[in-house]
Amino acid sequence: MSKENFEESMKTLEAIVSELENGNLNLDESVKKFEEGMKIAKQCNTILENAEKKITILLEKDGELKEEDFDAE
Amino acid sequence: MKYNAVTVTQLNKYIKDRFEEDENLNAILVKGEISNFKNHYTGHLYFTLKDENSLIKCIMFKSYAERLAFKPKDGMKVMVFGAVSVFERDGVYQIYAKSLLEDGMGDLHEQFEQLKAKLEKEGLFDETHKKPIPLYPKVVGVLTSQTGAVIRDIINVSTRRNPNVYIRLLPVPVQGPGAAERIAEKIKMMNEQKLADVIIVGRGGGSLEDLWPFNEEIVARAIYESELPIISAVGHETDFTIADFVADLRAPTPSAAAELAVPDVYDLKQKIINYQNRCRISLKKQIELMRLKFEKCVKSRAFTDPMRRIRDMDVVLDSYVQKMENKMKHIQKEKQSKYIELVAKLDTLSPLKTLTRGYVLTEKDGVLVKSAKDLKVNDEVKLRFHDGEKIARVN
Repeated sequence: MSKENFEESMKTLEAIVSELENGNLNLDESVKKFEEGMKIAKQCNTILENAEKKITILLEKDGELKEEDFDAE
Repeated sequence: MKYNAVTVTQLNKYIKDRFEEDENLNAILVKGEISNFKNHYTGHLYFTLKDENSLIKCIMFKSYAERLAFKPKDGMKVMVFGAVSVFERDGVYQIYAKSLLEDGMGDLHEQFEQLKAKLEKEGLFDETHKKPIPLYPKVVGVLTSQTGAVIRDIINVSTRRNPNVYIRLLPVPVQGPGAAERIAEKIKMMNEQKLADVIIVGRGGGSLEDLWPFNEEIVARAIYESELPIISAVGHETDFTIADFVADLRAPTPSAAAELAVPDVYDLKQKIINYQNRCRISLKKQIELMRLKFEKCVKSRAFTDPMRRIRDMDVVLDSYVQKMENKMKHIQKEKQSKYIELVAKLDTLSPLKTLTRGYVLTEKDGVLVKSAKDLKVNDEVKLRFHDGEKIARVN
């Protein structure tokens, strides 16, 4: 899942919450939306949890970019 | 020939007087480059002002030096305002400076305003062109010097907000000749190779000259053409550069840029939890509402006392039947009394009544005889009395 998907997912989640709160759905629809919402929330959380810390510097060597760990200290 | 010698002191005093009589030398503005700058412990400043061919010593006393808005240093182009006078002891003339201005500042300000007006007219600052900053960038690209506080501040703030942040530094010179070209080039490189989802471009505070690369057209255009959203973070909160106007978002400082680029993961997680809770609450509410409806239904009379309506109808029906019966009785009574009335009337008119008073009806061959002429002798007639009949013969 890419970052667009995170942002998109958050938007979808928000839309689902509004739909549920508006109360215009029948119970079947509501339960479906609820399950979808819970699934998306879990996916979003996973994206946040699974990100990996990286601080790198891009250096040009012989005309090519090399990515190396960067330590600012 | 006879010479009247003067002392050195007298000569220097004389020269000093000549200098001080000269209006031009008493208030003069001189431009040049500072060299040999010394900040004396007494607070006085000593330096030499020079151009390509010539130099002059300068002194600025503490009382004036304290009012300076910037720190003079070697190599700096300045304008010195003061008086030229003679230091009698050494026999040197020098400038007694009262104020210092950074030379070229006027030019730079003018250039800044001109470029700003030009680019604004071209639409480089248009809000409609500005791209949104992604909510959760996977890679944050940083264009700044690889040494110094800026990158450290950005890393510190970013990792505090998101411990799992991915920062890519593309080092660039941020001042001096050629810096603008390099910055523009790296912005393009970031775009071409899609090295980040959002770019922070910036540097720490400095003089107007130091910040100048961020006021150059080549940087402004590179920012404008960037497909990747760019946050500018140049100098302090009070410094505004052309880059700030073109950028999709201006951060007052590099630390602030990191806050704008990197979402607080704790906040995001709270937001997700909040959404989940709202989902749960509204579903629960809906179910509760349906349960209430159901209970209301079950408790309704239709379920608790289904016969009641029938009984109600029964009562109504009964009352109709009752009404009908009453009406019938009434009509019957009315008709009966009318009948009795008629019978009574009929009775008074009946010929039979007359018969009781002694009258007799005479019939011949079943026909009532109304005249004596209708009877001949020997005709047989029937006499009708009120209580019976007799046959008689006419004489």
